[in-house]
Amino acid sequence: MSIPGYIARRVLLGFVQVFLVMVVVFFLTEALPGDAAVTIAGDDPDPAVIALLREQLGLNAPVWERLGGWMLAASQGDFGRSLVGPRSVLDIIGSSVGPTLLLAALTLALIVPVSLGLGVLAANREGRLTDRLITSTTLGLYSVPEFAMGILLVTVFAVQLGWLPPTAVGGGGLLSRPAVLVLPVLVLLLRPICSLSRLVRAGMIDALRSGYVRQARRAGLAPLRVQFAHALPNAVVPAMQQLARTTDWLIGGVIVVEAIFVVPGLGTTLIDAVSARDLPVVQGLSLVLAVVTVLVNLVADIVARILAPAAEDDR
Amino acid sequence: MTRRGFLGFTAAAAFVGMSGCAAGGSGSTAGPPKPGGRLRAVFPGGGADEVLDPHATNLYAEVARAKALFDKLADYGSDMSPQPRLAERWESSPDLRTWRVPLREATFHDGRPVRAADVLASYARILRPDSTRRAKASLSVIDLQGSRAIDDRTVEFRLKRPYAEFPNALATLGAYIVPEGAENFERPVGSGPFRFTSFEPGRSFLVARNPNYWEGAPLLDELEILVSNDEAARVNALLGDQADYAHDLTATTARSHEAAGQINIHRLPLSNFHSLAMKVDRPPFDRLEVRQAFFHLVDREELVRSVLQGSGEVANDLFGKNYQYYDAELPQRRQDLAKAKELLRRADAENLRVELLTSEASPGLREAALAFADQAKLAGVTIDVTLGNKDTYWSDIGEQGSIVSYRSGAMPIESHLSQRLLSSSTTNNTKWQRPEFDALYQQAQSTSDENARAGLYREMQRTLFEEGGFLWWGVSDWIVASANRVGGIDDGAPANTLDWARFDKVWLG
Repeated sequence: MSIPGYIARRVLLGFVQVFLVMVVVFFLTEALPGDAAVTIAGDDPDPAVIALLREQLGLNAPVWERLGGWMLAASQGDFGRSLVGPRSVLDIIGSSVGPTLLLAALTLALIVPVSLGLGVLAANREGRLTDRLITSTTLGLYSVPEFAMGILLVTVFAVQLGWLPPTAVGGGGLLSRPAVLVLPVLVLLLRPICSLSRLVRAGMIDALRSGYVRQARRAGLAPLRVQFAHALPNAVVPAMQQLARTTDWLIGGVIVVEAIFVVPGLGTTLIDAVSARDLPVVQGLSLVLAVVTVLVNLVADIVARILAPAAEDDR
Repeated sequence: MTRRGFLGFTAAAAFVGMSGCAAGGSGSTAGPPKPGGRLRAVFPGGGADEVLDPHATNLYAEVARAKALFDKLADYGSDMSPQPRLAERWESSPDLRTWRVPLREATFHDGRPVRAADVLASYARILRPDSTRRAKASLSVIDLQGSRAIDDRTVEFRLKRPYAEFPNALATLGAYIVPEGAENFERPVGSGPFRFTSFEPGRSFLVARNPNYWEGAPLLDELEILVSNDEAARVNALLGDQADYAHDLTATTARSHEAAGQINIHRLPLSNFHSLAMKVDRPPFDRLEVRQAFFHLVDREELVRSVLQGSGEVANDLFGKNYQYYDAELPQRRQDLAKAKELLRRADAENLRVELLTSEASPGLREAALAFADQAKLAGVTIDVTLGNKDTYWSDIGEQGSIVSYRSGAMPIESHLSQRLLSSSTTNNTKWQRPEFDALYQQAQSTSDENARAGLYREMQRTLFEEGGFLWWGVSDWIVASANRVGGIDDGAPANTLDWARFDKVWLG
């Protein structure tokens, strides 16, 4: 299949995926016990107040009517208003997207060079001490979940040693106090670096043994050129796709990390919105996250296909 | 991680008394009061949806913010008696239906005086037909049409019925006075001890000293209220010098940091009452003997030790221990298994099996249910503990369950009676509906003599002690922590009272 045809098929699939996510999220939040009226009333659940709230929030309308109305509005870029506060969903997402993007961008910017470097290094020293050190460390770190890693790092580096701030609590932009970003980014980095560098290492070892690399060496090309122009592009295809998965994972990991370090980003907003049954915010956020996930995977697959067309045709 | 710290139930909230500010807690090194500095306090909050409308307060963080910017006419003292604030005092007509309230000389932050018209407009805003404000229930006793401003500094309230405890309504949660016509609270203007500087919902709220505050300017230059819903993060922020005050800690955290001396732990007493609520209108609790058997089943000391981890004290099956009008003469009930078994036998309910509904809506609810189930076994009663949904629990228990875990924040005993124990109460979770009890309450509200009224409250409490559906087994402390350099925190004020989270009296050493 031609590359444009492939892209068209994948974009169409992406739309279907987003549509399905919207429907599923709607019914899942619908299935949660209670609604925004009940959670707003909180520990003072006067039935008359709850009834009045339901009426004001439009929660009395039938499910299909609300789903249809929301999808129609959302397709025109109108995500509605929060049920709990006076702000619009877009406004809420806009004000909390910054910290999440910052964390994700910093992490991604560091993941690629660090894991490529580690993977190539380990592959070139295959079986030797450096390789074994890198392999055992990455394997060990990979097995520690983010929340445990976060708590551990905070206890040691923030509370006991006092080198870094323990949370990002406070006003103002995160960039104005970069020290608060160190621990969250470190937690986000550790696991993906482990998985990616191991994939790069494995791909690199295969590539270095392959016929075309031997051929290039025999042709007398400079060793660095052989490594980076001939071996690496083939070695990174599996890592490339893993990087896309990592980006999906980052979104989830960011939610955990935001909670531990009190970063007011999309993750924190999503947790708050779910516990408040703030349906429009939950739906809007899910839509944004779904679109991001679909786009990232789309780009990864397309890049992978351009880098190594044969692999895709084998399927 | 998102436990929203709700203020007690309904009306309740804060108050004064015990002023004099017992300086700091244990090893405070704050020294004598001195002006200056910015205090950073970290509270659990409401996230990106937070607003500064003082009439929409629901969470502790919202009350702390509203309290910094605004005043109420009255607020609750540490024994839950109403203390005058913007009101200089109050006096009622003999029939207790007309109340005259002279106002203190106070000004809003923009220089305008606080007038009677502002008070009436603020209450009218809360009482609008489409309003779902928390203070609405308490203030709805006011006949707004019949009320008026006698002059700029005197309000005359006309009530729909005699109400001796009307000052409780003035002190109710969220009954803040805003300037007439105020609808937009993006840059709020109040008459409180601090002036608005900036606000980022879910992150940070910054205010500066109001030098013209009627009660004297605060010592602090600035107050910043930060938000973190994770308890560990709040403590870490304090330990890592990102905050000077952390609100709402667990007893476990408090214990592990108390001895270390790095931070001060403050246990605010009489803050949270814990109970089992039995519905008196359905089996098996429609039988008086079964309710009484349950009163004798409970080992209150053990529950306080295990569930509250010792951070609190036993209660005596009544709400409001040591509050104004509390009946302290009743003997403390203790576990008496023989008596419990005897009562069950009389009710023909031996080997009783009951489902106990609980949830994790608030800390300790589930633990108390499990501990009680163990205790009940000793008398041959089987308790099946079921876990409900934590986000909707308070609404679910309105109709569900015959016995449920329950808890309540601080509020006057009168509010507890009127909101939960009258036939007309909207959140009557024990289904206690007795015309003669309602009549006693109405009689108390028509009685201007305070001693006579105290006698009527005693009578109502004795009925509840013998026959009621609430089994109040303990009252816990509310735990906050502060950095050693913070002085002036009142360790005697229950959460939600005037002297709780009162940052205009606090200083940085």
